[in-house]
This record gives sequence, structure tokens and C-alpha cells, in this order.
Amino acid sequence: MKHTISILVENHAGVLSRISGLFSRRSFNIDSLAVGVTDDPTVSRITIIVNGDEYTVEQVTKQLNKMVDVIKLKQLDSSSDICRELLLIKVRCNAKNRSDLIDIAQLMQAKISDLSSNSFTLELSDTPQRLALMEEMLRPYGILEEVRTGAIALQHGTEVL
Amino acid sequence: MKMTVAQAMVKCLEQEQIQTVFGYPGAAICPFYDALLNSPIEHLLIRQEQMGGHCANGLARVTGRPQVCIATSGPGALNLITGIATAYMDSIPLVCITGQVNSDQLGKDVFQEADITGAVEPFSKYSYIVKDGSQIARIFKEAFYLAGTGRPGPVVIDVPTDIQNQTIDFEYPETISMRSYKPTVVGNARQITRAAAALKKAKRPLIVAGGGIFAAGAVEELNKLAAKSGIPVVTTLMGKGAVRDDDPYYMGMIGTHGVGSANQALAHADALLIAGARAGDRSIKDTGVIARDCTVIHLDIDPAEIGKNIAVDIPIVGDARQVLDALAEQVPYLCCEDWLARLVDLRSRNSTKSLGSDEAYVNPKEFFLRLSEKAPDNAVLTADVGQNQIWAANYYKVKRGRFLTSGGMGTMGYAIPAAAGVQTADPSRTVMAVCGDGGFQMSMMELGTIAYYKLPVKIIVLNNHFLGMVKELQDRGFGRRETAVELGDKPDIAALAGCYNIPSKKLTSMAECDGAIQWLLSTEGPCLLECLVHPDESTL
Repeated sequence: MKHTISILVENHAGVLSRISGLFSRRSFNIDSLAVGVTDDPTVSRITIIVNGDEYTVEQVTKQLNKMVDVIKLKQLDSSSDICRELLLIKVRCNAKNRSDLIDIAQLMQAKISDLSSNSFTLELSDTPQRLALMEEMLRPYGILEEVRTGAIALQHGTEVL
Repeated sequence: MKMTVAQAMVKCLEQEQIQTVFGYPGAAICPFYDALLNSPIEHLLIRQEQMGGHCANGLARVTGRPQVCIATSGPGALNLITGIATAYMDSIPLVCITGQVNSDQLGKDVFQEADITGAVEPFSKYSYIVKDGSQIARIFKEAFYLAGTGRPGPVVIDVPTDIQNQTIDFEYPETISMRSYKPTVVGNARQITRAAAALKKAKRPLIVAGGGIFAAGAVEELNKLAAKSGIPVVTTLMGKGAVRDDDPYYMGMIGTHGVGSANQALAHADALLIAGARAGDRSIKDTGVIARDCTVIHLDIDPAEIGKNIAVDIPIVGDARQVLDALAEQVPYLCCEDWLARLVDLRSRNSTKSLGSDEAYVNPKEFFLRLSEKAPDNAVLTADVGQNQIWAANYYKVKRGRFLTSGGMGTMGYAIPAAAGVQTADPSRTVMAVCGDGGFQMSMMELGTIAYYKLPVKIIVLNNHFLGMVKELQDRGFGRRETAVELGDKPDIAALAGCYNIPSKKLTSMAECDGAIQWLLSTEGPCLLECLVHPDESTL
């Protein structure tokens, strides 16, 4: 079972290593991790997707909460909250199939971020499920390489952390 | 006020009412040591940095406040690691100061450079590497606050040499506020009421007291609750001494090495109040140890401990002192005389059988019973790790004093330096260090510290020429295939004490036991009693 945890932490050196160290030493599995500064430059926001049962997630949140650098955290609801990943994907292309690829890009609302005579790089920010769909659509053309960020998430509506 | 960061560090310690520190100098921490020379703070030069950690650990436990140890960069800091981890596992408040290479050389693998804050991350409450000297006062204030509040623990402050030499404007902050650190102190009133109701309903209630009782300063409140309600008490290894050993409600220590009466009480209780204990694997192996219909109330200052090791019905996050006081108000006398009588009967059957006799070898169980009779009520006993620790835990009777040991980490070589640290608080108090010949040889360099500073520690070495507990494990679990457990009869421990001008005596049978104990307790200054124990003496 995957759980999304959003964490506000003090933005200073060593915090990320403390957080990731906690996961490895307590044998918690991280599926993805994304970190960036917030509108308050003294605060960073970390989004972690963790895989585990209810007991594990409770332990993860309690152990995270105990860390001196953690200001606040919340487990988000993946069905109602907004969760996004960014994908950059480079596929093989030629003059014959280029228009097919453009169609896929338009259907998926992806951006064409780079183009060459025999490659095509698309950029898509969407839910992990939609990114997987896009990847499937492009696979037959030959994926040269791809990169994804970890998921970032915000709560639905006016709720804030 | 203008001063160097090194001077400011010393001023911070003075502001925190630190009187004694334990350390070992080196190039990277020299500016601090130079500043320390002008301070009334007493510095004890220990013989190895880990021992400084244990000294501060012992002192912190008897004073109830964070204490300080110091090491230089690289190997000095690395030697201190075991001391830090030992304190972390037992939630002991330490502020550990380490020197570091110049800040512009960090990360360049220069002489005596080690990433100490990185290394101790998994087992320190928090750590700082100081890169801006102007922050030193805030960092020290925070470090003492973090170490001593909430669930206590060790905090490391790593200070590069060039930073120690910076000149700053010093002012020690009066107050502190950290938005990311606000420990819960007051227990939830509704949960306390639920807990009181569960105890009232119980036929076989039991309190399990852990080290958190001491951390919270809740000894009085615990005893008040037990006496008022008539609920029997057992302790973990860390909780030993929270109620007097001769208290009619005390049933002994639980766990792998606990006594029958305590473990039976745990197994048959229908309501458990676990107070200031994390229910670690050596105390409560798993939830299966507790009866299925038992209502488990778990009180701890650290929310992460609740539900971590055992399933809980009523969690209470808060300071043990406040919560136990509130419970004592709400729980009346519970008439559970049958339950108490059953446990008292079980307690009377805890045996002292041994291979020691009046002819040969010391009976360690009987030895500790007799030692408790003669030792002053407020004596402190530090126990090392292994068989000596368990014999002391199960047979030495704590009254108004303390029993200190490395419970969580099981660090050999803890007892002697911890006793030295305890002794610095009060030279007139009887402080005894108990260890085996293994643990003694891991910490015997501290005889030097004890002799030099004339600390009147009474050292008791239970010598069986073996690593007794591992030997016992190999005998029982590996078909008597003993390996790497024989230490032999060298060195002559009593003679070695003589090299430090520490008087010593050897006890080889029970015939001379009372006289030897008398000698140990009445000798002025430090002394050492070596007790010969049969190598096959069993732990329980």
C-alpha cells in the first residue's frame, strides 16, 4: 500500500540526509522523494511516497514527527489530493511517425521540449498513472531514455499543512 | 561582550551551571581548552574518550541534568561514538563537544578529520556543526534544551578550530523557542481518566516502571500511586530502583533476565500500566508475553514508542511525573489482596542457588544480598554488562540510592567510568562499580582517572576468567562449543590496582564475604575487591 506524506522542515544543511537516513535505518521503503524550498525561504517541503502497511506508516509519521528539524507533517489522501510528477521522455522518431507522436503529445497534453531529426523529447506533468499511460503509448516507438521527479502533492481545497 | 567563540563556549557551560566536564584534548579543540583554564569548571582528563561519555552519563543520571563531555576531532570524536550511542539508547541527556578541522578544510580529508555529525546521526538526538561563530550561544542554549527536555538524549556540537578562534559579541539567550520542537508534557485528561477506570476495574493490575521514571523525576509520584492504590510494581532493567527493592509492592525485574515473580506478574496481569518504558525486546519480548484479555495502558513522553513494540489499548503521551500524579488522584485503593499475596509468594521463591560456597568461589547472588545490607541507603551502584549486571540487578537491593547500567546498548566497560562520573557529584556518597573481568579490561584505564582525581569509587570485579554470559549462551545454544570466551587468569586484577596505589583485596569463597564487604565499604578513597566466581555459575 502506498502512502503520501507531506513534510515541512527547517531549510538548512543536513536535513535531507537526516530524513533519508531515518528511512534506511528503520527499514522503511521510500518509493519517491521530492524536496524543494517553499514561499518561506526558511522552510522546505518534502513529499515522500512510502510503501508499507498501516503499522509502518504510523511508525514513519511518528519517527518523522520526532525529528527536531520537522515542523509539521501530514499523510495526504491520494484519491482527493493533488499529486503530480514530472516526466521527461526521449523517444526515437523519423519523418514517417513524427505526426503520430505529435498526436500523442496533444492527446496527453504533453509539451514537446526538444526535437531532432531522429529524436523527440516530451515533457509531461501529471499523476503517476497518466505518466505510466504516456510511457506505454510511447514504448512502441522506442524509448531512448527518460527521467522522472518524485511526486509532489498538495491538499485539495483550502486545506493547508 | 566581545570574546572568542572558545571563550563563549565556556561561558555557555557556566550559564548552564556545569561544574565538571570530562574530556580529552587534541589540536582541534585546543582553543576551547585554553579558554577553559580561566573557568571555575573542573575538567577531568579521562583516559579514553568513550569513558568521558560514560562519566558524563553517570553524572547526568544522578543530577537529572545534561552533562558535558569533550573530544578532539577525528579519532577523539570517533572514540566518543560508543558513549553517545549508549546515552541515546538509555535516553540520557549529554552535550558532547567535539573539535573539528578548520572550516575551509572540511571535506578535504585533512589530518584528523572525521564527519562526526554524520556518523552520530542515527543515535544522537540532534547535532550541530558550527559554521558561523555568532550562532554559538543560540546553539548551546538549544543543545542543552534539546538534550534535557522531552525524551532526553545526547546532542553533539562540532566546532571547527578556526570558528573557535573567531571573535564575537556574546550574550547568552534567556529564552528559547523552536517551532519544530515542542514536546508534549501534559497528558490528555480523557486518556488519564480512561486509564484510571481501567485500573479500577482490574482484578490483577500491575505497574511496569522503566527508566523514564527517573528521566521525568517521577519516583515520588510512582510510589504515591503504588502505595495509594495497592497496585504491585515490577521494573525493567532501566527502571530498577524506581521503587525500593524492599517495598512490599515490588515484585522484581521483568524480562529475559528478570525474576520469576516479575515475569509471572506480567503474564497474568489483567491491566498493565507501562510507565516510562519502551517495552524493549529484553523486557517484553512481544505482545504474546502479555495475557490476551489484558488492558495495556502505555505512558511515555515519546509518542513514537507507543504502539512500536507492543499493542496498546490506552495510550498516554506525556510527562510521567504529571500523569502519575493525576492517576494517583483518581485511582483509589484497589482491594487486590489475593493477587498481591500470590505475587509475594512467588517472590519468596526467587532462588539464590549457586556454585559458590564457604569452601571455594563466591556466590554472587548472596554477595549482592549481603552488600545491600551493609551499603548505605543512598549508595549508587553502577553495573557493567553481562552476568555481573544481572546478578546485581536481581540481588542488590536499592533503597534510596540508584542502580545505573547500560540497559539499551549493553555497552561493556560502562560501570567504572559511570561510577567515576557519579562520584564527582558528591565525594562523600558511596559509589560502587560492579563489573566482570571482561568489562574491567575494557575500562581499566580509568583506574588512572580514579586514582589521579582521588575519586573514592568502590570497584567490585566478579572474576570468572571468562566472558560468562556469552559462554553460557554457547553452552546452552551451541552444544557447549565454547569459543573466544576464555580470558584466562591474567592480569592479576588486585595486583594491577596496586600499580595505581588503589588498595585491593581478593575474595575466593563466601567464608570471608562479610569481612571483605566491610573492608570495601569502610576503606577511605578508591579500592577494589576482586571476587572469584565459578566459570559455570549461571546467570539466573
